[in-house]
Amino acid sequence: MSSTTPLAATEPGRPVIEMVHVHKWFGSFEVLRDVDLTVRQGERIVIAGPSGSGKSTLIRCINRLEKHDSGTIKVDGIELTDNLKRIDEVRREVGMVFQQFNLFPHMTILENCMLAPIWVRKMSEADARATAMNYLERVRIPEQAMKYPGQLSGGQQQRVAIARALCMNPKIMLFDEPTSALDPEMIKEVLDVMVGLADDGMTMIVVTHEMGFARQVADRVVFMDRGDIVESADPETFFNNPQNERTRTFLAQILQH
Amino acid sequence: MWPFDRALLNWSNPALRAVIYQALALIAVITLFAYFISTAHQNLQRLHITTGFDFLGNTAGFGIIQTLVPYTEESSYGRAFLVGLVNTLVVAGVGIFFATLLGFIIGIARLSTNWLIATLATIYVETLRNTPVLLQLFFWYFAILRPLPTPAQSLEPLPGVFLNNRGIVMPLPILQPSALVFFGALALALVFAYGLHRWALARRLATGQDFPSWAVGVAAILLLPGLVWIIWGAPLHLAFAEQGNFDLKGGLRLLPEFVALTLGLSLYTAAFIAEIVRAGILSVSKGQSEAAYALGLKPGQTLRFVVIPQSMRLIIPPLTSQLLNLTKNSSLAVAIGYPDLVAVFAGTVLNQTGQAIEVITITMAVYLVLSLVTSALMNIYNARAALRER
Amino acid sequence: MTWLRQNLFSGWGNTALTFIALWLIWGIVVPVLDWAIFSAVFSGSNRDACLGADKGACWPFIYANWDQFIYGRYPEAERWRVNLVFFLGAAGLVPLLTPRVPAKLWNVIFLLVAYPVIAVILLVGGRPGLPQVDTSYWGGLLVTLVVAVTGIVVSLPLGVLLALGRRSAMPVIRMLCIIFIEVWRGVPLVTVLFMASVMLPMFLPEGVNFDNLLRCLIGVALFSSAYMAEVVRGGLQSMPKGQEEAARALGLSYPHTMLFIILPQALRHVIPGIVNTFIGLFKDTTLVLIVGIFDLLGQVRSQLSDPNWSAPQTAVTGYVFAAAMFWIFCFGMSRYSTFMERRLNAGQQH
Repeated sequence: MSSTTPLAATEPGRPVIEMVHVHKWFGSFEVLRDVDLTVRQGERIVIAGPSGSGKSTLIRCINRLEKHDSGTIKVDGIELTDNLKRIDEVRREVGMVFQQFNLFPHMTILENCMLAPIWVRKMSEADARATAMNYLERVRIPEQAMKYPGQLSGGQQQRVAIARALCMNPKIMLFDEPTSALDPEMIKEVLDVMVGLADDGMTMIVVTHEMGFARQVADRVVFMDRGDIVESADPETFFNNPQNERTRTFLAQILQH
Repeated sequence: MWPFDRALLNWSNPALRAVIYQALALIAVITLFAYFISTAHQNLQRLHITTGFDFLGNTAGFGIIQTLVPYTEESSYGRAFLVGLVNTLVVAGVGIFFATLLGFIIGIARLSTNWLIATLATIYVETLRNTPVLLQLFFWYFAILRPLPTPAQSLEPLPGVFLNNRGIVMPLPILQPSALVFFGALALALVFAYGLHRWALARRLATGQDFPSWAVGVAAILLLPGLVWIIWGAPLHLAFAEQGNFDLKGGLRLLPEFVALTLGLSLYTAAFIAEIVRAGILSVSKGQSEAAYALGLKPGQTLRFVVIPQSMRLIIPPLTSQLLNLTKNSSLAVAIGYPDLVAVFAGTVLNQTGQAIEVITITMAVYLVLSLVTSALMNIYNARAALRER
Repeated sequence: MTWLRQNLFSGWGNTALTFIALWLIWGIVVPVLDWAIFSAVFSGSNRDACLGADKGACWPFIYANWDQFIYGRYPEAERWRVNLVFFLGAAGLVPLLTPRVPAKLWNVIFLLVAYPVIAVILLVGGRPGLPQVDTSYWGGLLVTLVVAVTGIVVSLPLGVLLALGRRSAMPVIRMLCIIFIEVWRGVPLVTVLFMASVMLPMFLPEGVNFDNLLRCLIGVALFSSAYMAEVVRGGLQSMPKGQEEAARALGLSYPHTMLFIILPQALRHVIPGIVNTFIGLFKDTTLVLIVGIFDLLGQVRSQLSDPNWSAPQTAVTGYVFAAAMFWIFCFGMSRYSTFMERRLNAGQQH
C-alpha cells in the first residue's frame, strides 16, 4: 500500500516526484504492482527490501531507463511518456549512481565528469572543467583527475560516479545499491559522501541494504516486497515499531549482523 | 684446480638443464636443415635444375590476361612477378574496401530491432561463414559469370553496363579539360569543410556555442564543384562501349575472373567482419549506455562518445586479421584463372623454369612480409589503445 | 498483430527497413526457392531430363553420382572398409563430445592414437584380407574427412607443444617456436600445398617417393598446428598463475604440472577456439583440389565434366549440393561450439 504522509522533521518542499498507480510487467511477471509514491523536495528516501522486490525497477522508471506500463510518473512536474524531449529534460535534472559504477573506461576521471556538461548543458570546456574539479574536491579525490577508472579502487570509482552525476547539477539524485559492489573497507568513504550530500539538502532516493545509513540520514524508509510498497515510515517508527508482518520478517533477517 | 664450482655441473641444476636442452634443440634444427640442404643440392644437380635467382632476368614468353603494368611476352620473369603482385594488391585493395563496408552494414543490421532485417543478416552470415571460400569462388565464376550470354547478347541491367561471358563492360570515364579545375575545387571544398569542422569544435569547447558545420560543409562540397561544372562543363565524359563484330569495343572492361574473385572474397570476408562488429558492439556493457542516458546524453552522442570508441578497441584487431586473411585468400585466384602472384609466379613461372625452391620461397616471403608488417602495426595499435589498468 | 507493429513497423525508419527487407526477399529468396524446388527436376537418368531453359536444379545429377561424391573411385567391393572407418570415428567422437560421459582421457587416447592407426590400415590395406587401395582412388567426402581429421589429430598435440614452447623461459626454444608459428600463419595455405607438392620432393633423397595425399597431409598438419598453437596459447594465458605455483609448491615436475593440472583446464577453456579452428580446417580441405587431390568439391567438379549430364543447371546444382554438405558439417560444429561455450561459462560462475 502507499503512504504519502510527510514525516520529515524539517518542512519539506513541493513534490518533485509523483508516481500514481504505476504498474510494470516483465512478460507475465508483474514487477511493480500499483505503486504510489510521492517525494518532496529535500526529502531523503531509503528503499529497502529483498531482491526481486522491484526496488531497482522503481527508481529506474524515474529516469526512464525502464518504461512503466500503466499509471503516471511526474518528475518536477514533467510527465514521463514516450515524448523524447520530455525524457531528455527529466534526465538532465535527475542524476543516477549505479551499483557497477559504469564509469567510461576509455576516458580520464576528469573527462568522465566533463562529458555531459559540455554536450548536454552546452557548457564551455573551461566551465565544465571548473565544475568537475569542484565536485571532485567535494568527493575528496581531486588528485585522481588525470587517471583512468581502471587505475582506481572501487570506492574511488563510485565517488567519481557520484561527482560525475553532480556535475550536471541535478535536482534529484538516485542511488541504485551504490555500495553493494564494494569491498567492506570502502563502503564508509562512499556513505560519507552521500551523508554530506544529504546534509546539503539534496533530494535523494537510495536503494540500499545499509540500514545504518537509513537510520542516520533518511526522512522516510520505504519497504518493498514483490512489487508492492508494503510500509513507509520515518526511521524511528520503521526500525522500532514496524506495522506490517512482512516488514518485521525482513528486518529480522537483515539486522542479524 | 678448476676455478668454477663443482655443484653447478650437477644435472639437477635447472640452469644447466636449460642450456643443454637449448643446445640440443639448436643442434637438431641445424642438422635437419643441413640434411635438407645437402639432399636438395644433390637432387637439383641430378635433375639438372639451375639454382640462383638469375632466372628472373630471362624472357617470360607467356601472356597474361590482366596486366596493369606494361608487360609483353618479351618481358622478363621479374616483370611477370611484378604483374602478378600488382594484380594481387588490386584484388586485395578493392576486396578490403567492399568487405569492410558490407561487413559493418551487416554487423549493425544483425543488431537491428527490425526482425526481418536482423534475420536476413543472420542468414547471410551463417550461410557464407559455413561454406568454403573456394566453393563460393567456383560458384561465382563457373555458375554465374561464365554462363552469361555472349557479347552479342549481353545483359544490360543499367544503361551502358554490359554483362557477358567475357566480363563486365562499363562506360570508361575520360578526363575532360575542366577536370583539373573540378577536382581542384572538390579538394578545396573538402579541405574547407574539414577545417570548418575543426574550428567549430574548438569554438564549441571554448564557448559552448553550436555551429552548423555539417550543413555548411556539405553545402560547400556540393556548391563549389557544382559551380565549376556549370561554368566549365562536366569533368568526365563517359565513353560507352559499342557492339563490334565479335565483342564490345571501348569502355572499361573487368575480367570475369577479377569480378568473381573480388566479389567472392568480399562477400565471404564481410560475413566474418559482420560477426566481429556485432561482438564488438555487444561487448560494451549495457551499463555504459545506461550511464550515458542517465546523464542526459542522446543516443547519437552516446554512440559517438561512449559505445563506438570502446567497441573499436575490440573490433580493430580481429578486423585487421580478417583483412589479412582476405589478402591471403586472394591466392585462390589460381583455381579460377585470375593471374595473381601465385598463379603467375608459383604457377606458370615455376612450371617453365622448374626452380621450385626459389619461386616458392619468394612467393611465401611476399605474403610473410605482408603478415609480419600488419602484425607489427597491430601490436603498436594494441599497446597504445589498451585501457589503462592498475 | 502487435508483434508485427512493434518489430517491423514501429517507426518511419523501421518501416522503410521492412520494405527493403521484403524487396530483398522477393528478389532473392523467391527465385532461389523456385530454382531449388518448384522448377527443379527430380527424376531422370541423364541430361535430357534437365535440358530446357525453364528447368531449375538438376537433382538427378546428385543421386546418380552420390557414391562418387562420398567415396571417390574407391572400389565398390571395398567400400565397407570406408563405412567401418566412418562408424568407428563417430563411435569415438560422440562420447567425447557429450559432456556427461566419463573416461574422457581414454576417449582422447583412442581418437588420437588408436583410431588413426586403425583407419590407415583399413583404408590403405595391403594386408591379407584387405587388398591395397592406392590413395589416387580415394575421393569425395572420404578425402575431405581424411584431410580434416588428420589435420586436427596432428595439430592438437603439436600445437600444444608449440604453445608450451612459445611460453618457455628458454630463449632458444621460444625463438624457434615463434619463428615456426609466425611463418606458417603468415603464408596462404595454397603456397603451403604447393610447397608440399612441388618443393618437398626436392628435399628428399632419390627414390623416397611420398604419396601425393601424404604430402598434402603433412602440409595441412604443419599449417594448422601453427593456428592451433595460438588457440592453446590463449588458453594457457588465461590460466591464473596460482595454478602453476600451487602445483610446483606440491612438488610436481614440469611435465606432471602441465599434463595433469594446467593443460586439462586450459584446453577446456578454449574448446570453442579449437572447434572454430577445426571448422576452418574443414573448409580449407577444399584447397587440396588445386594440387590434384579429389576432395568433395574436387569430386563434384570432376563429375561436372561428364558429358552425360551436361545441362545448363548442372554446375549450379553441383555447387549448391557441395555447399549444403559443407554447411551441414560446419554449422553443426559451430552450434556445438556455442553449446560448449555456454556450458563452460555456466561452470565458471561462482
